[in-house]
Amino acid sequence: MGEVIVITSGKGGVGKTTTTANLGTGLALEGKSVVLLDADIGLRNLDVVMGLENRIVYDLVDVVEGICRIKQALIKDKRYPNLYLMPAAQTKDKNAVKPEQMLKLTKELAEEYDFVLVDCPAGIEQGFKNAIVGANRSIVVTTPEVSAVRDADRIIGLLEANGLRNPQLIINRVKIDMVRRGDMMNIDDMVDILAIDLLGVIPDDEYIVVSTNRGEPAISESKSLAGQAYKNIVKRILGENVPFMNLDTDEGFMAKLAKVFGFRKK
Amino acid sequence: MDLFKLFNKGESSNSKDIAKERLQLLLIHDRANVSPQFLEMIKGEIMDVLTDYIEIDETGLEIKLTRTKRENDNSTIPALVANIPIKKMKENIR
Repeated sequence: MGEVIVITSGKGGVGKTTTTANLGTGLALEGKSVVLLDADIGLRNLDVVMGLENRIVYDLVDVVEGICRIKQALIKDKRYPNLYLMPAAQTKDKNAVKPEQMLKLTKELAEEYDFVLVDCPAGIEQGFKNAIVGANRSIVVTTPEVSAVRDADRIIGLLEANGLRNPQLIINRVKIDMVRRGDMMNIDDMVDILAIDLLGVIPDDEYIVVSTNRGEPAISESKSLAGQAYKNIVKRILGENVPFMNLDTDEGFMAKLAKVFGFRKK
Repeated sequence: MDLFKLFNKGESSNSKDIAKERLQLLLIHDRANVSPQFLEMIKGEIMDVLTDYIEIDETGLEIKLTRTKRENDNSTIPALVANIPIKKMKENIR
């Protein structure tokens, strides 16, 4: 029996889809069989982020309506072993799927594959309820901004109220320079406020834009710092104990001294 | 120039500290799901009880949700704090 992991955030635009794409690809690279399930019906995006948009024939709504079989809707990503995408429908709305149908679908997928990663839509309405219903594990993505943290806190409450104990936190788009200056909340601040387990920290990385442009997840590019951070998270999901990246915010005495005398450390 | 900046910069001017402080207070309200109407209702009822015994300065009365540290394990918990300025105790009660 595989694991169903929902990737959620509350607020839109914090990196749920990018995170889903990278973690799924990473798990496949580690030899696991993985289905990426886009639950954002009406606003699908996981297909473009993965570069598989031209191969869609059937989608999630077709499957739950019985128009096609599960295997027909699954797109095999030929670049990686055992990685599949089930796209969301683009022309339907979120009420096209009922929670019971999603529960059945995720259950059937989990019987065949090691991991089912559900890319949750933004918001707390029907789409969210559909995305979490079949999950046995949850990941909350947020950025170090007040609006995203507030929404993440709301989502954590809703996940716990729906029986998903111990959601894990990914802090995305951390700008190390700003954290050093004291103009961005650091990891300790965020964990302190949200009070859940930290799964990983993704530094802000221009390469994410480049990789999304190309439709190739950053995790397959060894030069990308964000890709490296995603690799670490994949290992943690698989139970390995990987230390967190050093985003050291405490300047040493010499660094402070250098600053006072106007020397720039760069 | 830089030296002046260094001296002017107090600890609390870090914008991340402001963000953290604001969030912590905001989340207490979000988590408790307490509406301003609910606080007004509590305020009204507390006043009703107290005015039997004490003369209160109603304009200075303040009731708000905030956070405090629990004594036994130092964890942060929500607290209802009331600031009730007393004009005088009512004679007939004493």
